[in-house]
Amino acid sequence: MNIGIEQGMLLAALLFLTGLMGLLVRRDVIFMLISVEIMLNAAGLAFIVAGSAWKQADGQVMFLFILTMAATEVAVGLALIIQLFMKLKSVDTNKANTMKG
Amino acid sequence: MKELLWLIVALPFAGSLILVITGKGLSRFTCVLIGVGSVSLAAILTMFVGVDYLNANPTGTPYIETLWQWMNVGGLSPDIAFHLDTVSLCFIFVVTFVGALIHLYSAQFMWKEEGLRRFFIYMNLFVGFMLTLVLADNMLLLYLGWEGVGLCSYLLIGFWYKDPANGYAARKAFIVTRIGDLGLTIGLFVLFINFHTLNIQAILTAAPGKWPLGSGMALVTALLLLSGALGKSAQLPLQTWLPDAMAGPSPVSALIHSATMVTAGVYLIARTHVLFELAPVAQATITIVGAATLLVAGLAALNQHDIKRVLAYSTISQIGYMFLALGVGAWSAAIFHFMIHAFFKALLFLGAGIVIWVLDEEHNMFKMGGLWKKLPVTFWTFLIGAASLSALPLITAGFYSKDKILWLSYASDKGSVWLWLAALAGAFLTALYAFRMVFLTFFGDAKKTPSQKPGLLMTIPLLALAVLSLIGGFIELPADMGHFTPFSDFIEKTLPVTLMGTTGHYTEFAFQLVSAIIAISGMIAAYVYYFNKPFPAAEPKRNSIQQFFYLGWDFDLLYSTIIVQPIVFLSAIDKNDFIDKCYNGLASLAILINKILSATQNGMVRRYAVVLAIGAIITLTIILYL
Amino acid sequence: MNTLFYISSAFAVFATLKVITNKVAIHALLYFIVSLLAIAVVLFILGAPFIAALEVIIYAGAIMVLFVFVVMMLNLGKETKENETKMFNVKMFTGPAAISLILLAEIIYMLVHQSGASFALKIIAPAEVGRLLFTKYLLVVELGAFLLMSGIVGAYHLGEKEKLIHHRFLKTGKDIA
Repeated sequence: MNIGIEQGMLLAALLFLTGLMGLLVRRDVIFMLISVEIMLNAAGLAFIVAGSAWKQADGQVMFLFILTMAATEVAVGLALIIQLFMKLKSVDTNKANTMKG
Repeated sequence: MKELLWLIVALPFAGSLILVITGKGLSRFTCVLIGVGSVSLAAILTMFVGVDYLNANPTGTPYIETLWQWMNVGGLSPDIAFHLDTVSLCFIFVVTFVGALIHLYSAQFMWKEEGLRRFFIYMNLFVGFMLTLVLADNMLLLYLGWEGVGLCSYLLIGFWYKDPANGYAARKAFIVTRIGDLGLTIGLFVLFINFHTLNIQAILTAAPGKWPLGSGMALVTALLLLSGALGKSAQLPLQTWLPDAMAGPSPVSALIHSATMVTAGVYLIARTHVLFELAPVAQATITIVGAATLLVAGLAALNQHDIKRVLAYSTISQIGYMFLALGVGAWSAAIFHFMIHAFFKALLFLGAGIVIWVLDEEHNMFKMGGLWKKLPVTFWTFLIGAASLSALPLITAGFYSKDKILWLSYASDKGSVWLWLAALAGAFLTALYAFRMVFLTFFGDAKKTPSQKPGLLMTIPLLALAVLSLIGGFIELPADMGHFTPFSDFIEKTLPVTLMGTTGHYTEFAFQLVSAIIAISGMIAAYVYYFNKPFPAAEPKRNSIQQFFYLGWDFDLLYSTIIVQPIVFLSAIDKNDFIDKCYNGLASLAILINKILSATQNGMVRRYAVVLAIGAIITLTIILYL
Repeated sequence: MNTLFYISSAFAVFATLKVITNKVAIHALLYFIVSLLAIAVVLFILGAPFIAALEVIIYAGAIMVLFVFVVMMLNLGKETKENETKMFNVKMFTGPAAISLILLAEIIYMLVHQSGASFALKIIAPAEVGRLLFTKYLLVVELGAFLLMSGIVGAYHLGEKEKLIHHRFLKTGKDIA
């Protein structure tokens, strides 16, 4: 049952990059937030893999904190999205841009 | 009493300073009082100082009053010191006395001007600088006065600055004299390098020992000093500024451009006569320049219609006579003619100023006429001035001074018959244009009636100067009329005696007879052509030769073509040159960076995320490969 | 165990890809929950049972449920689906795909140049994690508590409806006719 650390890292990398692509491509703010969650999850996975490699619990502790942070961020972020939606009546980020170039 | 010499110079400066500092707080009357009073006090003081000096130094040893050391740097240690000898006494007498009369005149002439205070500031400043020039002990102080009178001339020519033509005339005057001043400056450098001092007397005593007669260095120095004199005294080739300088008010023309500043060149050459005697070529140059100038200016004066331009060309011509005299070694004759010329030329300018003033700024002589009944005092004094200018025999002072020059141009050891003929032709032209001016202005049909009469403050100076123009010559009678020569004895205490090549009372009498006939015939010719003739009230029609003389032999066109236009062309090329591109490029670069950076602030969140991702890539690349 | 690892990984990656290419928000969220469950299996295999449990309970059970509630509350209807279909074109994928592939290449390069240490799997018990939390990372736990507190307060305030009257001294213009 030998799983090389590279494969775990590779998985984490793949998930992270998928989330990154989603962030860059989608215009909908909800999808952007979901992509951020994907990336956070992937980063946490990387930490766990590293912790397993060193046979220590530090990686899991780190994941715990990432989880805490993700929860808070989602809460506050969704509250903001609700406010934005009330103002703009749409979830398109381009409509939220009032800067002139 | 003669210790108060410094006060003579300080009084006009103080007057100017008081008027500057008190600003617009003084009433017009107080401004005039200060302006006229300072110069008048200086004139009175000059009399006292002069008498005291002559009593104390009958042999004419100079009186030097040192005020303080100006600077001491690199071996150059000039002092603020005043050197009073007979030549400078003559000059300060003329400057302060004629200056005081002109200030009195301008009190009424400029009374209605809004720039009255400014006028008196500049005039007092000018008198102060001119006195510094003629009393200077060393060349640096003389140069200070030289530059100062140039500055005041610029300020006063462009006095009515709201008209840009006046500003242009003032600039022209300043720039053309500047060209001469450049030569003077280089001359000062050469003098300092050779003598390690700029004290005039020290240079004059050391020069014969250091430079042999006819040496190259003496010639170079003398020519450089001469170029400065040419600029200031408006001789060929730097005479183009003086006719245009008539844009200034008439008192300015009277004081600066007839009596004082333009004679600064004469003073300079007389002061440094030793250097010119050591360089005969330079002295010959002075002669030729003087002779040529008096003919050129005389012909030009004959074809002018503006009354002040006639007088301007006349000034150029008369200073040509002074240069001619200096060139043939007739030092005291030149100083004598300077003094008499100051009297009658200032008189003529003041009279012309009155005519222009009462006719509401009419300068064209052909539009004047019939004024001799309406302005009697002006007419008679003007007539006396014109007679003195033409050197009408025996009764006018001009006869004695100009005739002395005519005689010495032949009889001096450097004189020749050609010089005499040139001067004689000039005398004919002078009489012709002077009386042309009188007949056109005062006789004939009255084309315009005067709107006002001149007041007392204007007529007193005219009368004083007219008296001087008549009797001023009697202090120097020629050899065949009694040889009563207090003036040349006075001057020859300082300047060398004129060496004679030809002597003889009968020869001299013959020459005087010829010049008297020439002067009278000039007057008669003017009478024939111009007295009571019906000229149209406009500029006269001129054929091409007359047009050429009218334009002053078109030196303006010459200088414009060979100097001004090439410089303008070159500077137009240089205007957007490489260095400008560097500066403009910096500005453009800053604007470009601004545009780029402001494009990053566009509020599009996904773009920000893209930038983050690219930044991550770059960081990883750097970590991996470096 | 290896095969289980690979299968779960494949599920996770596939599900995540479906998340980002979806047009309806709810469907994307459901796919994401699948992905999370697959990752929980992976975590279990890697010897972190506690974290695997937490992943399911908190991530999939709390955070994603919050997402689902909010998306339902926003009531994005059919027109949103049509908008999304319009906005979604394949051309837009090229740039981000390029960036992602470059990053992937670099990470693979880094991983390949590691010393290939394969590790025998050891299950780390929750007790171990708890011991660390209470001793070594005590302060960070407190900080996490701060964070959660601020999150609660912030989310509450940000979710409020706009009041007509902020204070009796500051009447807004809406109730003063």
